[in-house]
Amino acid sequence: MDYEAVIGLEIHAQLLTASKIFCGCSAAFGAPPNTHVCPVCLGLPGALPVLNRAAVDDAIRAALALGCTIHETSIFARKNYFYPDLPKGYQISQYEQPLATDGEMDGVGIIRVHLEEDAGKSLHEGFPDSDRKTYVDYNRSGVPLIEIVTQPDLRSAADAAEFFSRLRSVLVWLGVNDGNMEEGSLRCDANVSVRPVGAQNLGTKAEVKNLNSFRFLQKALEHEIARQIGVISEGGRVVQETRLWDSAAGRTVSMRSKEEAHDYRYFPEPDLPPVVVDANRVQQIRSAMPELPGARRRRFVEQYALPEYDAGQLTQTRALADYFESAVAAGAPAKLSSNWIMGELARKLKEEDRGIDASPLTASRLAELIALVNNGTISGSIAKDVFEKMFASGRTAGEIVAAEGLTQIDDESQIVGLIADVLSRHADAVAQYRGGKTTTFGFLVGQVMKAAAGKANPKRVNELLRKALGA
Amino acid sequence: MTIATTIREIRDAVRARHRSAADVCREALDRIAALNPQLNAFNTVIADRAIARAEALDRDRDRWRDAPLLGVPVALKDNLCTRGVRTTASSRMLDTFVPPYSATVVEKLDAAGAVIVGKTNLDEFAMGSSTENSAFGPTRNPWALDRIPGGTSGGSAAAVAADLTPLALGSDTGGSIRQPGALCGVVGLKPTYGRVSRYGLIAHASSLDQIGPLARTAHDAALALSIIAGPDPADATSAPEPVPDYTAALTGDVRNARIGIPRRLLEQGVDPEVSRAIDAALDVLRSRGATLVDVELPHAKYAIPVYYLVATAEASSNLARYDGVRYGYRAPTPKDQGLTTKDQGLRTMYGKTRAQGFGPEVKRRIMLGTYVLSAGYYDAYYLKAQQVRTLILRDYDEAFSDVDAVDAIAMPTSPTPAFPIGERVSDPLQMYLADVFTVSANLVGLPAISVPCGFTAGRLPIGLQLTGRRFDEATLLRLADAYERDTEWSKQLPPIASR
Repeated sequence: MDYEAVIGLEIHAQLLTASKIFCGCSAAFGAPPNTHVCPVCLGLPGALPVLNRAAVDDAIRAALALGCTIHETSIFARKNYFYPDLPKGYQISQYEQPLATDGEMDGVGIIRVHLEEDAGKSLHEGFPDSDRKTYVDYNRSGVPLIEIVTQPDLRSAADAAEFFSRLRSVLVWLGVNDGNMEEGSLRCDANVSVRPVGAQNLGTKAEVKNLNSFRFLQKALEHEIARQIGVISEGGRVVQETRLWDSAAGRTVSMRSKEEAHDYRYFPEPDLPPVVVDANRVQQIRSAMPELPGARRRRFVEQYALPEYDAGQLTQTRALADYFESAVAAGAPAKLSSNWIMGELARKLKEEDRGIDASPLTASRLAELIALVNNGTISGSIAKDVFEKMFASGRTAGEIVAAEGLTQIDDESQIVGLIADVLSRHADAVAQYRGGKTTTFGFLVGQVMKAAAGKANPKRVNELLRKALGA
Repeated sequence: MTIATTIREIRDAVRARHRSAADVCREALDRIAALNPQLNAFNTVIADRAIARAEALDRDRDRWRDAPLLGVPVALKDNLCTRGVRTTASSRMLDTFVPPYSATVVEKLDAAGAVIVGKTNLDEFAMGSSTENSAFGPTRNPWALDRIPGGTSGGSAAAVAADLTPLALGSDTGGSIRQPGALCGVVGLKPTYGRVSRYGLIAHASSLDQIGPLARTAHDAALALSIIAGPDPADATSAPEPVPDYTAALTGDVRNARIGIPRRLLEQGVDPEVSRAIDAALDVLRSRGATLVDVELPHAKYAIPVYYLVATAEASSNLARYDGVRYGYRAPTPKDQGLTTKDQGLRTMYGKTRAQGFGPEVKRRIMLGTYVLSAGYYDAYYLKAQQVRTLILRDYDEAFSDVDAVDAIAMPTSPTPAFPIGERVSDPLQMYLADVFTVSANLVGLPAISVPCGFTAGRLPIGLQLTGRRFDEATLLRLADAYERDTEWSKQLPPIASR
């Protein structure tokens, strides 16, 4: 029998607010342990949470990008469980009335987007007494999170990974999340079940946790889907449980069964009034939203007549798309800009491990270089050298071309002189050409360009060489 | 020499330089030293710190000239966090806890020129009605040392009743300011929910808790409320309403006041001596021109079960943070218990810490609250309780807003006077039922005051409770003050405190 997988994702994304969600502590990653803490995020007696509205705004941005309905009133709830990294013994989250519901992205339904606080970080390893002790760093306690829950609309591990990747770009694009899975600022759990192809009812699901990279997400889901199909094929039944991806072993392992599942005893958080988001605020945020990657990709194809591939590549990040549009705005033809950005520039940036934001070559300077090629001032091959020099030195193309005398030779008499010289030195090649071996022509062009130190206009060289050979 | 015993008298004397703040402070500390061994009203007395503070006020008296509580000794219930001063909630769990921050009300008292002298005893985590549930032993009623002072702010009420300090702050989740106020013969005011910031109050039940004053007179309570009330950016449930000068409301004129009496609610279970005192008190107000009318509060009889579902649910969550991980008590976990994993060690530490750190009443409520929030029971208990809570609120709204609306609703604060220590310890349900007249005000968030209105034949104080409109503490204080003008109860001191 053929089976299909049914997958839904639960994504936790840290919001990039300056301060935590319920106190004034910095939400920045990487500070020495327990330095971004206060009575509120340490859960000291008598301390009370106060909502950071910037986190609400970021969550609204994300929810709007996912096509969700933003609710005028949403409610915080307490999720009760004991763990040392959870200082109050409960997490302030949203449960029955979340901030936003009913969205869709790329054909995948979004059930809800809600706000909550992150827990601290348990450090189980890396200390001399780690065999006996666990240390806790509360810097992360109270960092704002959004939880995004999708419908079970995904049908394969590859689809799930692809969707998650697109979701990540949207969140990063919006500036609400840094997309950093290694540091844990973006995390993903998956609900997975399998069923015979064509069946309507859902199979029993397992929740798979600890999917902290795209590769792990895909591998873990592939493994889990195969495992469940194996269980069913052998006449067994899938057990509802939580499973953990063990990346070292390359398999998922059972963490806790349904019977052992927590009863979180959710109830409305009495320390916080309902979150009221008025329609005007939503409208303000909506009108200030950046164009999203999908829309921008489509526009690049229409407005700049770019191939789909180019448009897709250039909209990988907002900074890259901005760079492209700046170059075009500075006068560079779209397709040439795209070629340079995806070619030379991407290669150099990768070589030096830099982001587009850290490019030493601004879009307007790239546009100037492209213009020099376009108007015939320099040749394409010279342009590549100039590009390298611009990248290394920060000088403009014009400066480099002027200083190094790289201006293209267009002057007919000068080119004719070079040709005459080459022809006299390569009489045998000339003879071969005239004897019908036309491939020798390319060799002769090369010799002329070499004599011109690459600066001769190749088109003119072709014309004049042909003429000189009397063809 | 007689001692000035009201806030106003002390402040005016210090302001006029008739007395120094340090003298006032030393006298209060002397009285505490003399009487506290019998009363056990204080968990912690900060004598050196209080004198240093009073001397600082004296040195810089020009700057403090207009401070409304200049040199006034104040006692704080020991669930109000005080920076650098042990704050225990009368629990073994927090026996050694020293907060690095002060409650907002403490900051406000400091800014008003008050001198904090110590932290008063309470039922552990403010759970109880008698101050017997304290890890540090019961507080005794200054009027009868073998009896309870009420609770949970029993230490604060006893401190004011015995004239140790003219003002103490308490907290009131289901009557914890008003009931000990009544049983100790002092004024106790629970403000409207949101009127006073809860920041730094060790939470019992977040949607019910309010901080308020215990004082000798309505005037002193008004003065104290004017200082501690107001919005606080650190408490999202504090209300934005501006704070009036509550003392300005004390005109003595109650001619337009309509006072509602829920006769049917009072039909059962009120001690006859208490009933007689309440009737007499209402006669005093009527003779001053107030109108007495009957009101119906049909759902108020459900207040006790609703309260014990809502309060325990919130408490079970609020007390989860006391886990031995970061601060407070941690049970020793011997290494040789055959624990094989860190997780096992952790679970054992949690269990032992909470078993040893909490007293029996706190554990009982955590279990009740955990149960009512559990999957499968939430709808039947917690949710149902919240629905009935809304019905009780509607009763009060109707009484306060109908065409023949009342300005206050009168009841006894407690159905009985103070009972002997130990009498109800083994019968928690009977203890809970004594909260019948106080818990409604917390469930609906309305202000309520208890004002002394007489004594039983055995010289045990009785309190009249008045519940008012949201943010209308002024009317309650005006009624209480008017009543005091025609009576002498608030001027009486228990024999132990007489000078």
